[in-house]
Amino acid sequence: MSKTMEPDLHEPSAGIPRPSSQKEWKHPSDHWMRGFILDNRASLGTLGVFIVMMAVFMIANPTVFTTWYLYRSVLTTLPVALFVVVPLVFVVTCGEIDLSFPATMGFASWVFALVVQAGYDPFLGIVAALITGMLLGFLVGSLVVYGGLSSLIATLGMNFLLRGLIQIINEGKSMALTGLSDSWAYTIFSSQLLGIPVQIFWAIAFVVLSAMLYNRHRFGAQVRVVGDNPDSAQQMGIDVKRVRVKVFVFVGIGAAIAGTFSVMINFTWWPTAGDGYLLPVLASVFVGGTPTWGGIGTVVGGAIGAVTVSFIQTGVVAAGLSGFYVQFFNGLIIILSLLGHKWNQARYR
Amino acid sequence: MAERLIELRDISKSYGQVYALGGVNLSVDRGEVVGLIGDNGAGKSTLIKILSGVVKPTSGEILVRGKAVTGWSAARSREAGIETVFQDRALAVQQTIVRNIFMGRELTGFLGWIKVNKEIEEASRLMREIGFTSKVFTPQSIVGQLSGGERQGVAIARAIYKQAELIVLDEPTTALSLTETAKVFHFVRQVRASGRSILFIGHNIHHVFDIADRFVVLDRGKVALTTDRSQVKTAEELINFMEEVAHPGGLAGLHDAGDAEQRAR
Repeated sequence: MSKTMEPDLHEPSAGIPRPSSQKEWKHPSDHWMRGFILDNRASLGTLGVFIVMMAVFMIANPTVFTTWYLYRSVLTTLPVALFVVVPLVFVVTCGEIDLSFPATMGFASWVFALVVQAGYDPFLGIVAALITGMLLGFLVGSLVVYGGLSSLIATLGMNFLLRGLIQIINEGKSMALTGLSDSWAYTIFSSQLLGIPVQIFWAIAFVVLSAMLYNRHRFGAQVRVVGDNPDSAQQMGIDVKRVRVKVFVFVGIGAAIAGTFSVMINFTWWPTAGDGYLLPVLASVFVGGTPTWGGIGTVVGGAIGAVTVSFIQTGVVAAGLSGFYVQFFNGLIIILSLLGHKWNQARYR
Repeated sequence: MAERLIELRDISKSYGQVYALGGVNLSVDRGEVVGLIGDNGAGKSTLIKILSGVVKPTSGEILVRGKAVTGWSAARSREAGIETVFQDRALAVQQTIVRNIFMGRELTGFLGWIKVNKEIEEASRLMREIGFTSKVFTPQSIVGQLSGGERQGVAIARAIYKQAELIVLDEPTTALSLTETAKVFHFVRQVRASGRSILFIGHNIHHVFDIADRFVVLDRGKVALTTDRSQVKTAEELINFMEEVAHPGGLAGLHDAGDAEQRAR
């Protein structure tokens, strides 16, 4: 027994059985599945959390959790969150944070509502909203990057400032867009397909495209490098400031789409549009497995995080607990996810 | 005489009232290895950062192949064929080897999408070329998992991609084991043999003496001596000179890993 365990120092080239057995022996990391799991451990962890949570809900109340109605209501509102969670993964990876997206959602959807109310085609409204979102993202990004301000504080300030501007001009009045339901834009972006809210297909397409952008595009690669080590990125000739501004512009675009979708769901624009998304969206990013320190992150994980967070509220109530439990479970899931990710991820910085 | 690849003329750099460099001239010809020696705080790192475009000089001129350049930046420096292996290696430790090698010049195709397979192929080729290979890591390993020598390998692989004409090695042997240092030396000779140039910066005068054709001694922001192999026969001569001219106080300060340079950065 002990003889076979000893290294064969005297005859390195002899020992016929040894080399042949070595050939057959395969390192576990060679297996594609191990590689897949290692590359996607954060998002798979998030998926695990989601599955466990749903299993608990199902056991608690099987009748409600097998009805389609519950899922349809989540699938209607979830896309709005997805359109901002995904760009925020980019921002957090870049080592920044953007808390101004709720106001950008409100501002861009306001422009959309104004264009539609003025009698123009909703498509024109969408284009106008997108331009508004891009401009606001550029403004916020420039303020942070070229103004050299802390993104946490500066974007918080911009959120208040833009929201205040909306409130001052509208004096708290909402806008009803009743004509919207007859338009082509509504059919394409907000109707139902085989009983499934069509928004979710757009949101999934957005998530897939963004995940590819993150992992397989120059933009995503540079965002990760800048978040990981901005000095090195600069030494290697990357325009660090430009990359940083770009992620804020990306949030602006996402927020504009999200805001427009939320107006199309409700046929109404409120001056508070987007406000309720601040904390759930931020929670989704971190529940999804994107760490706070920058350089790495996961778009798909963030999307699964958004699904998890949007099911907590529905799930807690549907499981028969009173609404008072919602916040408690929200917090519980966030803390458990963070602990899970800390254990799941190797940290190199 | 060989072609003059790059020339820094009368370069000065001051941070407020403090002079890091006061009128430095430095040139590198094609196919030569220039050793840049100096004590901590002599201005070596500042000079390297100016050469690589990371830091802008307060005054002075940079000439590439005899032509003065304007708007010198990190990107311009790389375009001109200058690759720098920084002392801290400038790696993004949470990224893969591939991402580090192609940092700032991703191999992209249509609309900026990265050619993933091509990058992996090229990265493996580069790692093989310089002999930094192992069964433990692949081009898709995370740099944070590698040892110091392996990280140096990644930084060097990044520098030799695209056949850079001048490779600047800033303290490449610091904190490396003997075998790893030997690998770096082997690499330097390989580069010289292929007709390209190297600017080798080092604390260890023996290391620099072994490898360089020409020596430039920097002292307190000024060039104290420029000499070559025909004039200096042994490393001791070089050390004696530095002891005499630059450091009247003796050699003690030379090997003292002081923090003056740290502060300068």
